Amino acid sequence: MKTFGSTRALDGVDLEIPAGTILGLLGPNGAGKTTTVRVLTTLLRPDAGRAWVAGHDVVAEPQAVRRAIGLSGQYAAVDENLTGFENLYLVGRLYGMRRRPARERARELLERFNLQEAAERPSKTYSGGMRRRLDLAGALVAQPPVVVLDEPTTGLDPRGRLDTWSMISELVADGATVLLTTQYLEEADQLADSIVVIDKGRAIARGTADELKNRVGGERLQLVVADADQLPAARTVLAEVGSGEPVVDENLRRLSVPVDGGTKALVEVLRRYDGEGIEVQDVALQRPTLDDVFLSLTGRIAEDPDDAPGADPKEKK
Amino acid sequence: MNPVSQAVRDGSIVTWRNLVGMKRVPDALIGLTVQPIMFVLLFALVFAGSLGGDTYREFLIAGIFAQTVAFNVFFTTIGMANDLGKGVIDRFRSLPMSRVAVVLGRTTADLGVGVITLIVMALTGLVVGWRIRGSWLDALAGFGLLLLFSFAMSWIGVFVGLVARNVEVAQSVGLLWLFPFTFLSSAFVSVQGFPNWLQPVGEWNPVSAVARASRVLFGNPTQLPGFPESTAWPAQNAVLYAVLSSIAIIAVFLPLAVARYRRVASR
Repeated sequence: MKTFGSTRALDGVDLEIPAGTILGLLGPNGAGKTTTVRVLTTLLRPDAGRAWVAGHDVVAEPQAVRRAIGLSGQYAAVDENLTGFENLYLVGRLYGMRRRPARERARELLERFNLQEAAERPSKTYSGGMRRRLDLAGALVAQPPVVVLDEPTTGLDPRGRLDTWSMISELVADGATVLLTTQYLEEADQLADSIVVIDKGRAIARGTADELKNRVGGERLQLVVADADQLPAARTVLAEVGSGEPVVDENLRRLSVPVDGGTKALVEVLRRYDGEGIEVQDVALQRPTLDDVFLSLTGRIAEDPDDAPGADPKEKK
Repeated sequence: MNPVSQAVRDGSIVTWRNLVGMKRVPDALIGLTVQPIMFVLLFALVFAGSLGGDTYREFLIAGIFAQTVAFNVFFTTIGMANDLGKGVIDRFRSLPMSRVAVVLGRTTADLGVGVITLIVMALTGLVVGWRIRGSWLDALAGFGLLLLFSFAMSWIGVFVGLVARNVEVAQSVGLLWLFPFTFLSSAFVSVQGFPNWLQPVGEWNPVSAVARASRVLFGNPTQLPGFPESTAWPAQNAVLYAVLSSIAIIAVFLPLAVARYRRVASR
């Protein structure tokens, strides 16, 4: 638990991350993600509650925790006057590495993060994406068993995001345990072995992406018919094939219904429409997204921070 | 590794980082070089004629040395506040490094600044007629004392920077206290010329002691013509008092700065 003044930024978030897996901490701005990260990385003392990282208590043994973690924050924590190489060398030395290994490790990471050409330039000349890569490299200098990534792709372009995703996947392949915070549902879906959804400082749901999606319900079949007059007939068929009540949007001539058995239901509906001469313009079988999950859990859309009452500006620094 | 040797090791790494940073942003270094030249020239050329000519000039230079190394604190304050505003502090805080290293690295790097400042001032002083009249060994001790004072002062600078938290506040507050601190001393004038009630303040001001101790060690006049020599203890034992007050400043402000750093950085 962590309070700032009268605001409870954290109010009961239980996380457990099995070694070698990625846990996605998902929530909108102000949910308490960064506060959670700052507590777990010893940057912030919790007011109550306990946490262990790699077997060490964050309050009682902060130095042991720091030795075991690598942190890449939301704001690239690089020294802009230093070159890329100097930044990584500095971090390596401060992890306690000797000069030569620190130099070698810096070179190795610059190459891996595709920064070798910019290695000798002050990092203030870097683009935003390059800085984030350098920051991420900084988290990996000491090959820590636990890597904490606070919104690693916020502000990156799509390519940068894909690059970062593949690097995070590699990390786990190398045996690291990763805590990843994100406000992108797609990101958690892509990377995380398990997901904890937090909102207003509380964990409100947990499970794998699939489990969370199943909670909202299974797949939905969505169709658009060519002729609005055929909507009632189309609806009747959906009511018979679907596993729930069909929803009809007359303006868009769109119908949707929850279905069991996915593609089988799809084929069945299309076959019967064909028999009744109902012309279909568009058809889709949709699995619920994590957006749907978030919406059904909180009654709000995830990605709009203005919709998040209780968003505490102090929670983000 | 024991805490002290880790603090020294990590502090020296942060010092390296700060020195590289200074090298990359030469603007600040230019300011640091021009300011002492300006002070020496202005005081020596403008004040000396009216206040006692060559004797005043000889008296003044050591005072300006003391005043200028004190003013270097301003750069320490700005540098610290600047660091706090940057994400790199979070990186430092998440690393298994000594908790003293960031502040120690700041003051140590600024000791390098002090060395540059002193060299520039000494050379400028020589140009306007200042001479070392004592032994070279004493003179060396004089410069050593000024550096010790500079190092001590930068601990105050770090603390002020940590209290200010951002560069804007640091820029106004960081300079403000330095004026009374350096001017209420015998750096430029005789404390005997102060109003009676203010004289003790001037006598016990460490800046007075450092200025006077430097004068003694450089073999320069320790008092202006027309004023009696001070009989106050700090003036009689200027070198001892300068060293003691520098150590006292470190003893007070080092722990304060470290404690403050821990608090500020754990927002």
